Amino acid sequence: MKGWMGKFRALFLLGSLSLILSGCGVDKVSALKPEGYGAELLYDLMILSIAIMIFVFIVVMAIYTFVLIRYRQKKGQEDYIPKQTEGNKMLEIIWTVIPIILLLVLAVPTVTAVFDLAEESSDEADIRIDVTSAQFWWQFDYAGEEISTSQDLYIPKGERVYLTMKSADVIHSFWVPSIAGKIDTNPGDNENTMYLEATEEGVYWGQCAELCGPSHSLMDFRVVVVSPEEYEQWVSDMQNADPEAEPETQVAQEGKEIFENNCLSCHAIGSQPKGVGPNLTNFGDRTKVAGIMEPTKDNIKQWILNPNEIKPGNTMPANLVDEEEAGKVAEYLMQLKPSEVTPESAQ
Amino acid sequence: MSTAVAQKKGFGAFMWDYLTTVDHKKIAHLYLVAGGLFFLLGGLEAMIIRIQLIKPDNEFISAGLYNEMITMHGTTMIFLAAMPLLFALMNAVVPLQIGARDVAFPFLNSLGFWLFFFGGVILNCSWFMGGAPDAGWTAYAPLSTTSPSHGVDFYVMGLQISGAGTLIGGINFLVTIVNMRAPGMSYMRMPLFTWTIFVTSTLILFAFPALTVGLFLMMFDRMFGSVFFDVAAGGNVIIWEHLFWIFGHPEVYILILPVFGVFSEVFATFSKKRLFGYSAMVFATVLIGFLGFMVWAHHMFTTGMGPVANSIFAVTTMAIAVPTGIKIFNWLFTMWGGAIRMTTAMLWSVAFIPTFTIGGMTGVMLAAAAADYQYHDTYFVVAHFHYVIVGGVVFGIFAALHYWWPKMFGKVLNEKLGKWAFWPFFIGFHLTFFIQHFLGLMGMPRRYWKFLDGQGLETGNLISTIGAFFMALGVIIFVWNIIYTHMKEPKASADPFDGRTLEWSIPSPPPFYNFKQTPLVRGLDALWIEKSEGKKAMTPAEPLGDIHMPYGSIIPFVMSLGLFIAGFGFIYQVDNPVWLSLVFIGMGITLGSMFVRSVKDDLGYHIHKEDLEKGDGQL
Repeated sequence: MKGWMGKFRALFLLGSLSLILSGCGVDKVSALKPEGYGAELLYDLMILSIAIMIFVFIVVMAIYTFVLIRYRQKKGQEDYIPKQTEGNKMLEIIWTVIPIILLLVLAVPTVTAVFDLAEESSDEADIRIDVTSAQFWWQFDYAGEEISTSQDLYIPKGERVYLTMKSADVIHSFWVPSIAGKIDTNPGDNENTMYLEATEEGVYWGQCAELCGPSHSLMDFRVVVVSPEEYEQWVSDMQNADPEAEPETQVAQEGKEIFENNCLSCHAIGSQPKGVGPNLTNFGDRTKVAGIMEPTKDNIKQWILNPNEIKPGNTMPANLVDEEEAGKVAEYLMQLKPSEVTPESAQ
Repeated sequence: MSTAVAQKKGFGAFMWDYLTTVDHKKIAHLYLVAGGLFFLLGGLEAMIIRIQLIKPDNEFISAGLYNEMITMHGTTMIFLAAMPLLFALMNAVVPLQIGARDVAFPFLNSLGFWLFFFGGVILNCSWFMGGAPDAGWTAYAPLSTTSPSHGVDFYVMGLQISGAGTLIGGINFLVTIVNMRAPGMSYMRMPLFTWTIFVTSTLILFAFPALTVGLFLMMFDRMFGSVFFDVAAGGNVIIWEHLFWIFGHPEVYILILPVFGVFSEVFATFSKKRLFGYSAMVFATVLIGFLGFMVWAHHMFTTGMGPVANSIFAVTTMAIAVPTGIKIFNWLFTMWGGAIRMTTAMLWSVAFIPTFTIGGMTGVMLAAAAADYQYHDTYFVVAHFHYVIVGGVVFGIFAALHYWWPKMFGKVLNEKLGKWAFWPFFIGFHLTFFIQHFLGLMGMPRRYWKFLDGQGLETGNLISTIGAFFMALGVIIFVWNIIYTHMKEPKASADPFDGRTLEWSIPSPPPFYNFKQTPLVRGLDALWIEKSEGKKAMTPAEPLGDIHMPYGSIIPFVMSLGLFIAGFGFIYQVDNPVWLSLVFIGMGITLGSMFVRSVKDDLGYHIHKEDLEKGDGQL
């Protein structure tokens, strides 16, 4: 073994552990592929704790293996009575004190990280977003910007974005593994805060992590991280979006009318008034339909006709419109593209 | 063996015997059979969950049914399988280990069992009566309080009734261990299993009332229009989380401490050595029990308690690793220098050490509150608690059953079949759950009905499901072993494993009065001391005399049946007040039985000295 490896063995071990683990999972999904301040901080904490634990495990297993091989009763030993040892004070002290030291090594960075991640916005100029969860979708209201959207959360790369979390119904939990950890969204006054700070551009997978009903596993969302310039562009595009704008094609115009008669009572387009269902201002740019399906016309139609078949337990009524009308509404929704900045920009 | 008795007495008399028994050994059989059946049921639910997750986007069962499965799997395994199986061991062993003729309150012992049993039956009736509970075994409000079916009502009533049984059982063992130890058995001479049951009973006494309160609040919210958990009316949903975990965390130690006791007995016996560091082990047990009440909020790091609370609970949680570590090392050093016999009981115990060490390590990782923002409610947590509950509690129960089966039933479980059951279960266990650590970190939250393609979770889930089938195979072989043993194996001697504690000083199974004469205890490992001085039996602490025994009674059964009936009344009176009549009928039966019990003298009877001298004491 080379000399430098002996010297830096601990670092080397940590490094290789980190290397092995980062082979796990898919980019933009896995907590083991951190691309955000929070996720990186937590990843380092994980690596530290795993290293300590592996050390403990090796010690235990070394004694364990030795004992089981050395002290198996051998043939002809059936009458042998071993010495009845009562115990050993020195050993007891050793295996009390060493774990305490190891735990202190872990406790200090843990507490530091807890306080670090609890930072709240102190500046009016910060980007602040109110996140509201509901069965089984996410609403994002950009404080002070008069922008509302749902399912796709746009944030700029490299900036701290402060989230205030609450729930419209049951408890959910907001989790974007590759950017930061998670926090629950509670109904009522128990509002929580967290921040996101992405270090790379991209479209990140977000999910609900607290059992919230039948479609808990389908309550996915996306975080779209774009460059700060693109983010500025997106904000102004969204602010300038005209909810009343007439679509270009005949079919879409008819779709708009059907939408206004059947859907508008729940789904808002534009930031006001707020609906009880997902905001659809930039529906045409969505990465997914309902968080899980490809954004094709057929899928949108299928969703409009029978949403409960796709996401069991959700509150959107089925068969409000017939199949032909659903097609027109889909056509209308798909052309709602107020911004040049889309998930494709996040590369 | 009980079946022999049954053949003599006929099936009706056999059933009546068990329905009315107040004998701790027969109540142990009842707990074992009921807990075993619920264990198989919970296992079946687990298999359905794993089949659903065998591939991405699977449609094996519907989303709603899946949530019912996970809820019932968790609730059944914790409350209706693990708890009663441990109560079976407590009942079978503790009175014998302390040299007592029964528990302090035999009547209450029977009542505790029947309450648990009927509570469990109520809960499972939900499957046939409009749907099982579907809000997870933790039943977080408001998902639970607003769940539209009656499922959660069944959860509330079932757990309330069986919880009362558990509380009664806990108090009973506390009193038994304090008051009924044989002469000479000071606290620091109690076998470690008895010590752990002592601490466990204390935990039950303090932890279960929190659950009782929580369940009452939820019951009133769901059935009588209160708004404790309704935020629109000023309620607060976080209160449920606190109440549940103030109970729920000590519950984990209620489950694990008894098996720590089991392993301590098994390691000592099959290494032919005194338990290493006995007083440190006792200290560690008490400390774990105490710290167990200080850490509940580590289940709530992502609830939003703020950095101060999160830090405090992170540090207290880490502290628990210290006494647990003390235990692991003391077990290793119990084997050190011993003469290790790899019986099946020992095999399960030996397998426990690495498994539980991994579970403990991931526990410390979870305790790092900030990192828990990533782990929380993912498969990492699922992997962690299955490593401690299956790798700890279930391995421990298997070890205990192999170890004490002769004392409970008079036959040693077949060793070869025992090992054949062990290997598929052990390998299957690690296949199922080790990979789940990585699934969680790779972004798979728990309680997911389906996972989608393209998240890199396919292989891990497939491996996990394959492992589950191996575990099922192990359980099937174990059940076969029980049947095989009772058909083919010879009767066991009083002390088949060269035991160290008092239960091995009397026949297997013991006579119904346990000890003809109360033994005199001269130190830790009382029987071992006598044996090492060349004696064949314990020195009696009293001359042969009449033994006072309690009569059996059907009242505990009837009392519990009343609550069972009232339970349905409570659940359905929401739909139609006519159902309130069931509440009155049921409560009438229960209160009536309590009245009868109070006014009717039941002084018990004596076994006379002359009959005891005749030898077998059969009357």
